[in-house]
Amino acid sequence: MPTFVYMTRCDGCGQCVDICPSDIMHIDKTYRRAYNIEPNFCWECYSCVKACPQHAIDVRGYSDFAPLGHSVRVLREEEKGVVSWKIKYRDGRVKEFAFPIRTTPWGSIKSPSDYEVPDAKALSSVMLAHEPEALKVDALPTLPARKKG
Amino acid sequence: MGLFSRRKTRFVDSDILVIGGGFGGCGATYESRYWGRDLKIVLVEKANIERSGAVAHGLSAINCYMGMRWNENQPEDHVRYARGDLLGIVREDIVYDNARHVDSAVHKFEEWGLPIMKDKKTGRYLREGKWQIMIHGESYKPIIAEAARKAASEVHNRIMVTHLLMDKTKPNRVAGAVGFSVRSGDFYVFRAKAVIVGAGGASHIYRPRAIGEGTGRTWYAPWSSASAYGLLIPTGAKMTQMENRIVLARFKDGYGPVGAWFLLLKSVATNAYGKEYESKWLEHTKAIVGAKYTDSQPFPTCLRNHAMLEEMKAGNGPIYMQTQRVLDTAEKEEIGWEDFLDMTIGQAVVWASQNIDPKEKPSELITSEPYVMGSHATCSGAWASGPEDCAPDDYQWGYNRMTTVEGLFGAGDTMGGAPHKFSSGSFTEGRLAGKSAVRYVRDLKGDQPQLDENEVNELKQAVFKPQENYKLGRNEIVAGTVSPSYLLPLHGLQRLEKLMDEYVGGYSTFYVTSKPLLERGLELLAMLREDLVHLGAEDLHQLQRAWELHHRVLTAESVTRHTLFREETRWPGYYYRADFPKLNDNDWHVFTGSRYDATTGEWHMEKLPVHHIIE
Repeated sequence: MPTFVYMTRCDGCGQCVDICPSDIMHIDKTYRRAYNIEPNFCWECYSCVKACPQHAIDVRGYSDFAPLGHSVRVLREEEKGVVSWKIKYRDGRVKEFAFPIRTTPWGSIKSPSDYEVPDAKALSSVMLAHEPEALKVDALPTLPARKKG
Repeated sequence: MGLFSRRKTRFVDSDILVIGGGFGGCGATYESRYWGRDLKIVLVEKANIERSGAVAHGLSAINCYMGMRWNENQPEDHVRYARGDLLGIVREDIVYDNARHVDSAVHKFEEWGLPIMKDKKTGRYLREGKWQIMIHGESYKPIIAEAARKAASEVHNRIMVTHLLMDKTKPNRVAGAVGFSVRSGDFYVFRAKAVIVGAGGASHIYRPRAIGEGTGRTWYAPWSSASAYGLLIPTGAKMTQMENRIVLARFKDGYGPVGAWFLLLKSVATNAYGKEYESKWLEHTKAIVGAKYTDSQPFPTCLRNHAMLEEMKAGNGPIYMQTQRVLDTAEKEEIGWEDFLDMTIGQAVVWASQNIDPKEKPSELITSEPYVMGSHATCSGAWASGPEDCAPDDYQWGYNRMTTVEGLFGAGDTMGGAPHKFSSGSFTEGRLAGKSAVRYVRDLKGDQPQLDENEVNELKQAVFKPQENYKLGRNEIVAGTVSPSYLLPLHGLQRLEKLMDEYVGGYSTFYVTSKPLLERGLELLAMLREDLVHLGAEDLHQLQRAWELHHRVLTAESVTRHTLFREETRWPGYYYRADFPKLNDNDWHVFTGSRYDATTGEWHMEKLPVHHIIE
């Protein structure tokens, strides 16, 4: 609808509320569990499905064009750097896929402050941080200065 | 004082304020920190930067990479490509500038941990097409967000920025922004020396093809609420090419991407009878735009749409992608599926639910509802100062990527005239804006912008007005959604989508409009704008929806006025002016420009010159 939450699995932790880009996963005041308040603003992006520690969130395809009986389940394992998918067709066929998501440890990106302070004069150059080295060519391409009134 | 304007006000001071934590905003934050070690850099986002913006759920390809280190492409080649695709009109200086820097951003992404696929024979990045490289991009956004978090002094998630603030001492200078926390309801006042807007383009301006839950599965994210333009237009910043909306040919209903299928897997699109159809409409297309543009390679995006539309009008639909003809190995099948699972999971759901195995049968394609944005195969956005070393004189007035408002910079969807940036180019443009903003702040020295307290207080009243409207109006009725005194944000959105569709070239008229239609559309838009004062918001979530709607409606008016101004059909397949059915290079080989005067409500339209700086 498109995302929905299984009553018996959700413990109301709010991870889905915190991550949803559309702000549509909210905690129901009576049941203290999450639900999708605005299915017509759900992109089926699966951010909440991936973030749910209880695997309590699933997706039922949009009612205006998706027949019932399918499922697309996901397991995102940050530490292993893998995302795994299991696709069940309406007619029962199953397909499984797994793809890498990251090649370095989480949190390992160097802050721009940890690089050597650039020369003050470089601020007025057309070069960006880490250039030209990061371009992996000798020099930043330029055009002949061209003025037109 | 209103009922809800007693909310707490929180002040956040910064040297550089970055609005929007997508690829443009993350690039701006990273680069500002590199050059401005001692500066306070604040990033504000209406969702959570871990999964926000158009790349929230990931991507399967990076669509803008030169490969200069392998001599695959040069920035000049990219300018020719973007210019050809947009039928002659792009800011060549800005396109060139993004292109010459983009490789360094992509190399950083790989160093940070983004898995980029490699060609087993050459060891180079695996090319999807001439400009695109394939990635395992499920975590593309979390990786970029990590870099931005390391760079920012503060990241404020879940704050909907509603307005930019102008300086009290200098009328054309930015001074910050206001908004509210979607969680606590606190009113936020951001005071800044420079502001970089990296907010999103627009979905849900036009009526979507879906009619129920499926309206969430728009091609561009439903949270792309036109803030890129809705924030800038009221400041009087000059906007350009707002008529240049985009229509996408995509897998039907799920809007799964077609790039990898066409370019990498070499699949073809056919009519219902399995026949190729594009070539038979070539003469027809040439009669509209001329041979100069139909000869562009690759064939321009809008003209491919045009051929599909003509084929559908001829009754030869559905149009099909013949996936089963190309999925002959397990590896290709994986590529086909990952293409969706990394970036458009909803399309995999459509296949599973409709029993479509792409190895066995073809899938329907269709043209989408129109979208307004500046980073894909279209270039709506702000008119900006170009790169100091190569922009023509009349394209520069100070700092690179600064709009016509002092101290106000932009990146990604915000910047006009510069299409084909995609994720990597938007990040790169953010970096360029970030470095310029640092220079601007250094040059300001003691001359800091000042807030106008009255303006801030008035905005505070206005921002929470929809909650007050609801609270008062709700007492008049028993229950339900129908009130004589307020409109819910969804009501306003649906009225907007319907009128844009019917009068400003949506799918229901096969994207056709004309002067009388546009003028009638403007009359209805004016009444919708008046009605926005009566929006009613039940809670903070609905208050966010209310302000998203404000941004969308103002953007829609800008789109309509630009469409009326350009008296030609420049991009058949995106939209058609029935009263000016052909491309007209004599009069319209120009950018359209507009400036909105918020005090009088007047729009000033003008033609802006196109300079060709690349042969």
